[in-house]
Amino acid sequence: MYIITEGGPKALDLNFTKEVSQRSGEDIQSCYQCQKCASGCPIAEYGEMDTNQVLRMIQFGLKDELLKSKAIWVCVGCETCGARCPNGIRIAAVMDALREMAIEEGVAPGDKDIYLFHQCFLDSVQSLGRVHEATMLMKYKLKSGHLFDDVGVGLKMFLKGKLALFPHSVPTKTEVRRIFDWAKNKKSGN
Amino acid sequence: MKLAYYPGCSLEATAKEFGSSVRAVSKALDIELVEIPEWTCCGATSAHATNHKLSVGLPALTIKQIQNMGLDCVVPCSACFNRLKTTEYQMLHDAEIRQEMEKVLSFKFDGQPRVYDLLAYFVEKIGLKNISPKVQKPLKNLKIACYYGCLSVRPGHITEIDSTENPMQLDNLIKALGATPITWSYKVDCCGAGHSVAKSAMVTNLTGNILAKAREAGADAVVNSCPLCQTNLEMRRPQGEDIPVFFFTELMGLALGLPEAGDWWSKHLVDPSKVANAVQAG
Ligand code: SF4
Ligand code: SF4
Repeated sequence: MYIITEGGPKALDLNFTKEVSQRSGEDIQSCYQCQKCASGCPIAEYGEMDTNQVLRMIQFGLKDELLKSKAIWVCVGCETCGARCPNGIRIAAVMDALREMAIEEGVAPGDKDIYLFHQCFLDSVQSLGRVHEATMLMKYKLKSGHLFDDVGVGLKMFLKGKLALFPHSVPTKTEVRRIFDWAKNKKSGN
Repeated sequence: MKLAYYPGCSLEATAKEFGSSVRAVSKALDIELVEIPEWTCCGATSAHATNHKLSVGLPALTIKQIQNMGLDCVVPCSACFNRLKTTEYQMLHDAEIRQEMEKVLSFKFDGQPRVYDLLAYFVEKIGLKNISPKVQKPLKNLKIACYYGCLSVRPGHITEIDSTENPMQLDNLIKALGATPITWSYKVDCCGAGHSVAKSAMVTNLTGNILAKAREAGADAVVNSCPLCQTNLEMRRPQGEDIPVFFFTELMGLALGLPEAGDWWSKHLVDPSKVANAVQAG
């Protein structure tokens, strides 16, 4: 079976549909396009496609289009859609699965700042066991090039004693490393 | 009463006033909080947004530590609560995940749920009937918008909250403190959460809506239970917006007449002392 896309006719990739269902644990095929999810989505205007469209594209197996999309990155995981879906589809879990697949397949993230932020956050957890906000934010700024955003707020936070200069590192971090090794080594599933 | 306590990273940094007020209020309610020794980060949004295994593995380490303590554990931060409770739920309902986590972390999960949202614990386990008699300075004449946000609310089968569209636990607590919770329609809307840094303009639009609706409904202040929401509502608000935002434990401390309360206001990015002083002046 073929589907006509903006880029011409494409074969339906039903393996993709199956894989997203398996990873997310959600019944993608039960979506009947009522759009209840999209109408309550706080980031609907930023994602370049609506939540219900994401579901339809998974049903049609449009893997490339989805994995490189901005929509999967701007989803903030608020779970509003899932709480309202008449078919009980937790779209936040579906979005998690799509992002994870995009990373595993080395697809350039549809929003590189958001992905970079997640990386800086997790690097901090991996090396210290906890997040150290000051060094994590500095790393994000250096890598993203948004060097001077938020300098004023950062200073205010610092003066209020809310941004500690030196990180606290916990001894349990060896166990944290073990978790990171396990999570990164093998392909994940649900 | 003795409870295990998971503060989470924010309460040591950007939400310091939440941390101090949680401790002060718990003490006033005769609760001894035993901080989990060497607790580690729950992984927050960044783990579940990018790596499913990490999103289960990091909180599972905390589940193991809580089990070792043999106590119920309270979690003040909505975001940490959501991650810990989700993992506990998965370990309770999915044998494969449980076995995998037991192997990676070398322990045996005893199947006992122990993770509680601190707010829900106060309202349901300690009970409002035990909190209201301790109120020394009722928050009279104060109209409050109770903002629940996302992570202590959804998904409902995991958080076990009273309602995902119109929860009332925070409203009921605020009422027990003598204030008037207002009726408004943004209590479970999203503030933009973890996109605060990478998508700040988007977050400002969302918080602007929430704060404007609170004001429109007649609120003098907003109260919430999430360090992420608090930071967004204070730091990412549109210019000129001046409605103050409190953590629920700060309003409890104020109503219970705790002397420490005065130390918390200066930590805020939006000064709430006018509202707080009006209450203290009685
Ligand atoms: S979880 Fe994502 S897709 Fe669903 S409503 Fe929230 S932001 Fe939108
Ligand atoms: S609410 Fe559920 S059924 Fe309706 S469009 Fe969204 S995912 Fe499909």
